[in-house]
Amino acid sequence: MDLSAINPVLLVASLMVAATPLLLAAIGELVVEKAGVLNLGVEGMMITGAICGFAISVETGSPWLGFIAAAIGGAILSLLFVLMTQVALANQVASGLALTLFGLGLSALMGQSYVGIKPPAMGRLDLPVLSDLPVVGPILFSHDPILYLGILLTGAVWWVLKYSRAGLILRAVGENHDAAHALGYKVIRIRVLAILFGGACAGLGGAYISLIRVPQWTEGMTAGVGWIALALVVFASWKPWRALLGAYLFGGVTVVQLNLQAAGVAIPVEYLAMSPYLITILVLVILSADKSGAPAALGRSFHASH
Amino acid sequence: MSTPLLSIKGLTKAYPGVVANDNVSFDIGEGEVHALLGENGAGKSTLVKMIYGLVKPDSGSMTLRGAPYAPPEPRAARADGIAMVFQHFSLFDALNVAENIALGMENPPAMGDLAARIRAVSETYGLPLDPFRTVGDLSAGERQRVEIIRCLLQDPKLLIMDEPTSVLTPQEVEILFQTLQKLRSEGTSILYISHKLEEIRTLCDHATILRLGKNVGECTPRETSARDMAEMMVGTALKTPERSGREFGEIALDISGLSVPSPSEFGTSLKNVHMTVRKGEVLGIGGVAGNGQDELLAVLSGEILTAADAVKKDGQPVGRLGPVARRRLGLLTAPEERLGHAAAPNMSLTENALLTGSVREGLESNGFLKWAETQAFAERIIKEFDVRTPGPENAARSLSGGNLQKFVIGREVLQNPDVLVVNQPTWGVDASAAAAIRQALLDLAAKGTAVVCISQDLDELMEISDTFAALNEGRLSAPRTTVGLTVDEIGLMMGGAHGMEVAHV
Amino acid sequence: MIVLEKRPQPSRTWSMATPLVAVLATMICGGLLFAVLGKNPVEAIGTIFWEPLFGEYAFYYRPQLLVKGAPLVLIAIGLSLGFRAGIWNIGAEGQYIMGAIVGAGVGLAFYPMEAFYIFPLMVLAGAFGGWVWAMIPAFLKVRFGTNEILVSLMLVYVAEQFLASMSLGLLKNPEGFGFPGSRNLQSYASAHNAELIEGSGMHWGVVAAFVAVIFAYVLLNRHMTGFHIRLTGEAPRAARFAGVKPARLILFCLGMSGALAGLAGLFEVSGPSGQISIDFNVGYGFTAIIVAFLGRLHPVGILLAGGLMALTYIGGEIAQGSLGLPAAAIQVFQGMLLFFLLALDLLTNYRIRAARKEVA
Repeated sequence: MDLSAINPVLLVASLMVAATPLLLAAIGELVVEKAGVLNLGVEGMMITGAICGFAISVETGSPWLGFIAAAIGGAILSLLFVLMTQVALANQVASGLALTLFGLGLSALMGQSYVGIKPPAMGRLDLPVLSDLPVVGPILFSHDPILYLGILLTGAVWWVLKYSRAGLILRAVGENHDAAHALGYKVIRIRVLAILFGGACAGLGGAYISLIRVPQWTEGMTAGVGWIALALVVFASWKPWRALLGAYLFGGVTVVQLNLQAAGVAIPVEYLAMSPYLITILVLVILSADKSGAPAALGRSFHASH
Repeated sequence: MSTPLLSIKGLTKAYPGVVANDNVSFDIGEGEVHALLGENGAGKSTLVKMIYGLVKPDSGSMTLRGAPYAPPEPRAARADGIAMVFQHFSLFDALNVAENIALGMENPPAMGDLAARIRAVSETYGLPLDPFRTVGDLSAGERQRVEIIRCLLQDPKLLIMDEPTSVLTPQEVEILFQTLQKLRSEGTSILYISHKLEEIRTLCDHATILRLGKNVGECTPRETSARDMAEMMVGTALKTPERSGREFGEIALDISGLSVPSPSEFGTSLKNVHMTVRKGEVLGIGGVAGNGQDELLAVLSGEILTAADAVKKDGQPVGRLGPVARRRLGLLTAPEERLGHAAAPNMSLTENALLTGSVREGLESNGFLKWAETQAFAERIIKEFDVRTPGPENAARSLSGGNLQKFVIGREVLQNPDVLVVNQPTWGVDASAAAAIRQALLDLAAKGTAVVCISQDLDELMEISDTFAALNEGRLSAPRTTVGLTVDEIGLMMGGAHGMEVAHV
Repeated sequence: MIVLEKRPQPSRTWSMATPLVAVLATMICGGLLFAVLGKNPVEAIGTIFWEPLFGEYAFYYRPQLLVKGAPLVLIAIGLSLGFRAGIWNIGAEGQYIMGAIVGAGVGLAFYPMEAFYIFPLMVLAGAFGGWVWAMIPAFLKVRFGTNEILVSLMLVYVAEQFLASMSLGLLKNPEGFGFPGSRNLQSYASAHNAELIEGSGMHWGVVAAFVAVIFAYVLLNRHMTGFHIRLTGEAPRAARFAGVKPARLILFCLGMSGALAGLAGLFEVSGPSGQISIDFNVGYGFTAIIVAFLGRLHPVGILLAGGLMALTYIGGEIAQGSLGLPAAAIQVFQGMLLFFLLALDLLTNYRIRAARKEVA
């Protein structure tokens, strides 16, 4: 084995790449949960985004259009969840599972003719001067635009939730939907918008995997990233910056185990591949005591009765 | 006579199976405190929800200062100067006072300015509040202040208050009334909803009485006796519970040095509670909601476990025993929340009878259920407690509040408990059902059961209890014999004004 | 304008009728989907639902219904107990894999000895493997309050990696010319879960599935534990008040569903599948979630739903062969079914009423 083959600068840079799909999906789900809705369909929305983004960028040659299509695809799938939980008042856990199962099937169906194709590459956003800096340059200033979008989105969500009136209303709806309704807020409308936002974010995250991180299309390629994103929201106790931290942590674990696999460490590949999932469980255990940030109405259906 | 502020003409609203409001009309004058009086279920809440734009009337109309008024949503009502303080507070526990207030305003100023305005208004009306405290940590009286200030910041023309005193001690009621009188003197009209007659006689200029959704009369409360108003409200003369003088037996329930943290984030921990109840005695426990009532019930039911000898039944330590073991020993309880705690809403009455009856009624053997016996037990409850339902196969949620409460209390009473603990036994229950429930508790005590009745209805406690104690911030006052207790003394046992400042009017 | 009106109590009629309506709605929407894919919808639906039962080769497909249906029913019965109580084990796929590995491992440990007790031991080991895997989320939930949904699901991915490791390592057939995968248990008599009646598809797993249905029915309708499960799902606070110990219920429900999933895995690996291999699992653990809901979490319903789902699998395979219908289309079709079912569940508790547009 040869650990010296691992380049720390590349490692950190690829860590950020590995973290981005997680971050995008987790930020979206965080907003959904803050509105009091538990959407377990993240995995399904991500994989749908992954194939929508892949197909459109292959067809049009533009990764940008691909990402837009991925966001729309994720949002459309989440619209199904809206119909189930906000209109038909179905159980949110079951509906989320249904969304994931459906999304996995749908993406496999849509992706049949895209297996083994390479998507058009998205250029890096080499920031002049900054990207030439040693060490810091390749780590921080030489990535694709979507990675920066993820970080911007984190900041934006943090600001909106904390300082804006829209954020206050969203939190209020997630905290006590009956009281919000009594004050005249449109609980369902606000939740629908949050769910659509979550779907779009998950779609972007999925497309990031198929267009940038891997980049190719294989069935079921999200491989549980959507579920880890759900765990990440708990890990972050519903705080955006902590979601960023968590995403980088998980990204780190993934990248390190991949590097160890490549370096031929004496641990069987399968056990290394298990590690992100095991670490997710471990983190969940450690953090499950702290539920302070959890929205009080999380997972409960709302029906305006007299 | 000048144009009234709000004029209501023929408002009607029907829900499936019930007409909540049937052709209700009345006027509220400028600067008037108008009482809306009625029993639980008389349709008061539906009526104010229509005024506040939460519910749309089926027919009828309203005019505000002569102009047609039909708010499509609360926002519109607020824009027209109508504000409302809810009975079950429309507050958000995890948010702070200023955020809660901002949510109730159309165009709130920046947080800093808002905090300053909250401070200013709360000083003016003698309702001091820290804008940055988390609402979940406030007492019931302080939470009500948040709601009131939220309304006052919008300079309302009409302030609707839905049963505002049910969560206050007598001293806190005093402060509230001073605030309301100051508002009236400034020209604000108040629609005051209550079923407490004395309050209405003290505060209100005019009263409209609702019964079963109909306007059955109007009066000037100061000139009408409480008795006359009560008869208009209830329709028939009520049977007051009969109690026979009786001797108390040995100590049946003994709680000593009980301290437990609340399991919920915004709950109240019990602190060093002592009490004893003798056989045949009814101990009434008063106190404002949220002062540890739910926790006390849970400690007695076995949902919260304590040190073994903190709770003793007939001298035997039961603090470590779960609900089933306690029932076996004859310690039964009936929680406040009917749907979801005392009963499972979607399950049948038979299944709900099994919920607590399995041990003492022998409804299982080796874990296998005896459905025939269980159904017979449910039918017995329905018959003996006059529960109005087509049969035991109906879901609990299909029953009216009063009927379900009779079922829940009857379920425990029929199991011949040695000790029975009930929390808010007549909350939200119509007068005849309430009277039946109180009578059942008294009859049980007459047979030698030790009864603990936790309630926020002081009249009820005075009526049925031999001994009275009050919960205040998780502490229980020393028990006193009920006979001869004055309202002031009771108020002080309940914690007085909880350190709330009196309004400087 | 349409408004929802809560029924005073759940409608029994709709509770029975929704699965049927959902199946019909899925056939219509599925037909549309197949039409979009350029297939004749009537022919495709016919192939899926008719061919396996009454078609020319039905004699071959009918036994397959039992083979495919048994693991689905077995797993779904276990899941339904938890789902009823609001305990969400969605990692049955992992428990299925672990049951198969542990059960097959025990069998292979005896190879080449022949003895009557080997297969019963394997059955116990299979149940044990699934049980242990499910006890991980159960224990973590009881001890630390960890979310069982996420943990049980993460463990599916762990189990899949473990499966890969086993079929490439410890359990690899030493006489397999280096190909991944274990010895074939079908050719090891003492460990073979053979057909009980030749050509019927009936193996021990099918028997176990029927036993599980009866067991669950009695448990839920005649036993206190079942009552507590239902009560906890309906009203958790009322359950605590009735004396239910939530921790015990969590351990019971997760343990039970794990053991049943493990059994399903064992019967599969020792029978129809024959060997531990990298792609041994085919998603029964996830499809069983659909089966559980489609059967309205009721044991008899699950039995019927398992049959129906097996039908779509087999019919789907036929359609794949004869019409070129993609395998994924069947997955979408199954997902659709779950959607319709959950959405139509509304009718059990609510009445839909047309209301006049209210005058604002």
